[in-house]
Amino acid sequence: MRALSRAERAGRTMHVAFCAAVLFFLMAPILVIVPLSFNAEPYFTFTEGMLRLDPEAWSLRWYREIATSEAWRGALVNSLVIGTAATALATFLGTLAALGLSSPHMPARRFLMGFLVSPLVTPVIISAAGMFFFYSRMGLGQTHLGLILAHAALGTPFVVITVTATLTSYNTTLNRAAASLGAGPLRTFARVQLPLIAPGVLSGALFAFATSFDEVVVVLFLGGVEQNTIPRQMWAGIREEISPAILAVATFLIVFAAALLFTVGWLRRRAAGAA
Amino acid sequence: MRRGRDWRPRVRAAGLALPLVAFVGVTFVAPLATMFSRSVYDAVVADALPETLALLEGWDGESVPGEDVFAAAAGELARAQEERVIGQVAGRVNRVQGGMRSIVAVTGRRLPEAPDGSWRQTLVGIEPAWAEVSTWHAVRAAGERYTTRHYLAAVDLRRLPDGSVARQEEDRRIYLRLFARTFLVSLSITALCLLFGYPLAHFLAHAPPRRAGLLLALVLVPFWTSLLVRTTSWIVLLQGQGVINDILVALGLVADDGRLALVYNMTGTFVAMTHVLLPFMVLPLYSVMRGIPRSHMDAAASLGAGPVQGFLRVYWPQTLPGVGAGSLLVFILAIGYYITPALVGGSTGQLISNMVAYHMQTSLNWGLASALGAIILACVIGLYLLYARVAGTEGVRVT
Repeated sequence: MRALSRAERAGRTMHVAFCAAVLFFLMAPILVIVPLSFNAEPYFTFTEGMLRLDPEAWSLRWYREIATSEAWRGALVNSLVIGTAATALATFLGTLAALGLSSPHMPARRFLMGFLVSPLVTPVIISAAGMFFFYSRMGLGQTHLGLILAHAALGTPFVVITVTATLTSYNTTLNRAAASLGAGPLRTFARVQLPLIAPGVLSGALFAFATSFDEVVVVLFLGGVEQNTIPRQMWAGIREEISPAILAVATFLIVFAAALLFTVGWLRRRAAGAA
Repeated sequence: MRRGRDWRPRVRAAGLALPLVAFVGVTFVAPLATMFSRSVYDAVVADALPETLALLEGWDGESVPGEDVFAAAAGELARAQEERVIGQVAGRVNRVQGGMRSIVAVTGRRLPEAPDGSWRQTLVGIEPAWAEVSTWHAVRAAGERYTTRHYLAAVDLRRLPDGSVARQEEDRRIYLRLFARTFLVSLSITALCLLFGYPLAHFLAHAPPRRAGLLLALVLVPFWTSLLVRTTSWIVLLQGQGVINDILVALGLVADDGRLALVYNMTGTFVAMTHVLLPFMVLPLYSVMRGIPRSHMDAAASLGAGPVQGFLRVYWPQTLPGVGAGSLLVFILAIGYYITPALVGGSTGQLISNMVAYHMQTSLNWGLASALGAIILACVIGLYLLYARVAGTEGVRVT
């Protein structure tokens, strides 16, 4: 180790300061939402009372409003129903396909992988426009089923990517060992392989759910009044009358994102531990 | 027996992937194909006016057509009026030539049961425009089932009555400028993300593991947070009565009546999109940089390279795959961005994707929306193939 020159030390300090500023730019906009959601007034900025930490200026008013609102409750139910069904479909089909794609015998592997991740790279406005034409013609416009199929399609790439990644570290001699002990292919999968790749499957499922839970453009194009979801309700709120109730919902979604991130990180460490 | 060993695993692997391939084919690729067919195929006018169009086939295109064409048009316009498709027909003809909407619609409404003299006199009596050659050119052009019209319109071109292609009139040229703007904005945002992301990724990649994990979470939380939430935050921060303007006023940097317009314009689009896309730059860079051993820089130093020279000759070249992957990813995402510009862009901060939404939802010119969408998609696919070469398809990092 050499001693650092003065110029290098100055450079390093500037580097740290710069990174701190960038991290501030990333996090501050998200953190600012949280205190503002406790505003007692219908404003989007800190009132003088809030800055003086006057308890009168802080309230749970907007949380009460969303808790008692029919529209938000209906939106939550729709988001959960569509998200869960789409995730189940995407996870089942995606895991199956990942098993095939990880086989060294898979024909046209690269092409198929590109095909299967195409929903991820297509701009969502274009997917939504195409789906609008096609799903309405199939009689799936303005139905829950239509949105479930659409969101499942958008979520499958995440499942395929995470499960194939997990399978690269899976030791296939375990399958042969199970077979030599008399287990059929299904039993081998259920008792040996699936438990070992479960963390990857679960992370994929969480990604798929998060995708559906935050998706607004396809819902705007395909959904009717009956398919109002949380993102759609937020969209309407931002476009029409932006009320601090949105900030309360946003705070929930930030906590939800942090929980999701934590879970996926935990699953990844588990998968790494198992491999 | 040997042959059996050869194909069975292949069939099993393909069989496992088949359900998803079929699913994505039906729920995702077929819709895109429908959209593409919409951009080149439109049968509304052809189905409404089949006889008129058949007669116009034999028309010289220089003088006003004969009585047989007028009679056929009158009959078919009356039927279109009855079947309530006249509005759609009028809209289609109007896209070929401005002003035709009301001419067709009014004619449909006022057509009598029987001609007043000849059908020609009757139609011209309702709308004098029927005595003009250009009107019939417009009808004939709108009657083509397969058309390149939407693609021409998407790049500010149009077809003249004589079949040649010309530029759109000055005040109607919007799309090329919008494509150029989208391209420039995406490029600038990519550059900004690289400028912010590179030092940050470097810092994270070479920090002690515990601290790196904690700081990485500060990149991942925004990445995982709902896009709508992040966009809302920027509205809250940037609006006239928002937090940033309040701070600037409190500091005396800006007068209370001279608050800065930071949102609902290009500034808003720029700031919010950079924020949303920055993690997509940091994460690929971070994973590449983590694979570069510290010893390389030490070796460079021991051979007499200063920090700048060591960075430029040893470190930077090794991070190029990450730079390429991150930049392409950000650029691809930026070029098709819709939600953020729609919410914070106002009227000046719109990008080309917002035009697709406009034609889908407001003007209902679905053919043009499809053509614009197909052009954007072609750009994205091209860039994605490039990305797959740089990063590999498995390189689409999602965590």
